[in-house]
Amino acid sequence: MDLIESYKEELQLIRKPWTRIYVAAFVIFLLLLPWVAPEHITYIITIIFIYTIGVQGQNLLIGYTGQISFGQAGFLAIGAFTFGHLSQLGVPWPIGILVAGLMAGLFGILVGFPSLRLKGPYLAIATMGFGIAVYQVFVNSELLSGGRMGLIISKLSPPFGLEDVTFNYYFNFLIALIFTLLSYNIVSSYMGRAFIAIRDNDIAAEVIGVNLTRYKLLSFAISSFYTGVQGALYGLYLGYLEPNMFTFMEAITLFVAVIIGGLASVEGSIMGAAFVILVPQIFSDYREMVPVVFGTAILLILIFEPMGLNGRWFKMRLYFRNWPFR
Amino acid sequence: MSQFAQYLVSGLSTGSIYALVALGLALVYRSTRVLNFAHGDVATAGTFFAFILLGLKLPFVLSFALALVFGAGLAMAFYFAVLIPAQRREATQLSQIILTLGLGLILQGLVSYFGGTEPQAFPFPLSDTKVYTFGGVIISQLSLGTIGIGLLTSVLLYLLVQKTRIGLAMRGTSENLPAAQTLGIPTRQILALSWGLASLLGVLAGLFLAPALLLDPFFMMEPFLKGFAAAILGGLNSLPGAIVGGLIIGVSESLAGGYISMAFKNTLAFLIIIVVLLVRPEGLLGKEFKERV
Repeated sequence: MDLIESYKEELQLIRKPWTRIYVAAFVIFLLLLPWVAPEHITYIITIIFIYTIGVQGQNLLIGYTGQISFGQAGFLAIGAFTFGHLSQLGVPWPIGILVAGLMAGLFGILVGFPSLRLKGPYLAIATMGFGIAVYQVFVNSELLSGGRMGLIISKLSPPFGLEDVTFNYYFNFLIALIFTLLSYNIVSSYMGRAFIAIRDNDIAAEVIGVNLTRYKLLSFAISSFYTGVQGALYGLYLGYLEPNMFTFMEAITLFVAVIIGGLASVEGSIMGAAFVILVPQIFSDYREMVPVVFGTAILLILIFEPMGLNGRWFKMRLYFRNWPFR
Repeated sequence: MSQFAQYLVSGLSTGSIYALVALGLALVYRSTRVLNFAHGDVATAGTFFAFILLGLKLPFVLSFALALVFGAGLAMAFYFAVLIPAQRREATQLSQIILTLGLGLILQGLVSYFGGTEPQAFPFPLSDTKVYTFGGVIISQLSLGTIGIGLLTSVLLYLLVQKTRIGLAMRGTSENLPAAQTLGIPTRQILALSWGLASLLGVLAGLFLAPALLLDPFFMMEPFLKGFAAAILGGLNSLPGAIVGGLIIGVSESLAGGYISMAFKNTLAFLIIIVVLLVRPEGLLGKEFKERV
């Protein structure tokens, strides 16, 4: 949305000096936070970091490529349980997380195949069917889900005598940061522009030379890789897994995060992830009202601010940058 | 053999419910090209409304009629208050679908808040335990009533869509919106009517399903997804397809539950969706769609 004058500028992560300052301030704030904030706030923000990854993946799929998916809970479950079983077998965690992501990505390619023929609402239903089918497979198979008690995952032991919460905070912050940089890179590369071309008009994209099959499948694969990693990290953080953590509602939560944060924006994904985690925390006394808040936010955002929270943030910045002109 | 017939009858009974749900979805999809993700939640809200009215000692007929009107009114209000403003701001088809998802979430939350999440027994004039026997096949009063209401509704809807002027206007609007507007059809009212009618069918399905299950805020979730599968199977823009799809899914599910395993029963509908979408995306009775740049 900014005015970009050269290709070099397009590739830059941060274009304005002021942006550099507030991004740096934000990162430093996040780095210092666990030393000053109470423990439960650190805990919640760690969950936001974990969700950020999946929401970015979902945003690459929905916002950038325009392929709607209601099956993210399925990828989450696949990633989480792959990681769970691997860690029970004694596989070290970096390999476990990677394999969990790759496994989810593989299923993502499988689910992506219908997307070559299906569009819009039809794709939504096919992916929704996938998500629910995965959930029911895990519910019905004690071998996969680890039985009634769920799957216990041994947590990481913090080095340097750090506290458990603080260590997990930095651990997930680092991974979320890596994935955020990765998303920025994907978005400003050829791949990201191919995704955007497919979203705007897939037939026209094919005519100008975007390999539709490859990039649609790639988009599904990348998105489900992100989601699988989120599942693995979530399992690692909570220390146990059960199929009921991955219902259709979970897919809706990720979807709502993308819509509310803003389609096709990485910053928006972060804001959306924060929204869907913070709202249930704020309304913890009225748990039934959480869907009402989500639903109302969707209605308001789609009617009044289709660019989401990120669009509102952008307009605010624009207002101050151009002040006193309007 | 009589066991097979038994599965067939129970499948037809659940199939009628699915058909009612699928009819509502198809009715909205063919007129506005919007998949109504709030369909199940509107049905749940309507059924809870009937439950509250029954709790106030109103007679069955009155409270059911009011619940149907309530469901229809809810959908029409959503159409006028949310969808039309969104369309004025040039919302895409996708964001209209997401809007229905938002409505669904709101209704789900409100029903859980005001109705409570505890499962409750739903009083109903037809009994689940009183059974009739026809040549070895046992059928409960409730299933018989469900099949009956499914048939009756299908016939009435057929008459409405094919034989009346309103039906003609509905068909014209779904065929070609600008042309219908040019010919002086009040398309906005016709579309609102389609939304209302669709939700009425959904509430009807909910009312007949609730006594068979227990009433809780999520009891329509699964029938709604199965209704989706049915509508896809039959072709999303075909009303007869919705009925055929609903009955096929009901019967095949009952047979799969009887002969293969109960666990497989629920996954079947989603396998059907994926296979149908891969092999024949337009459904059994739908028309093939073409697309231009």
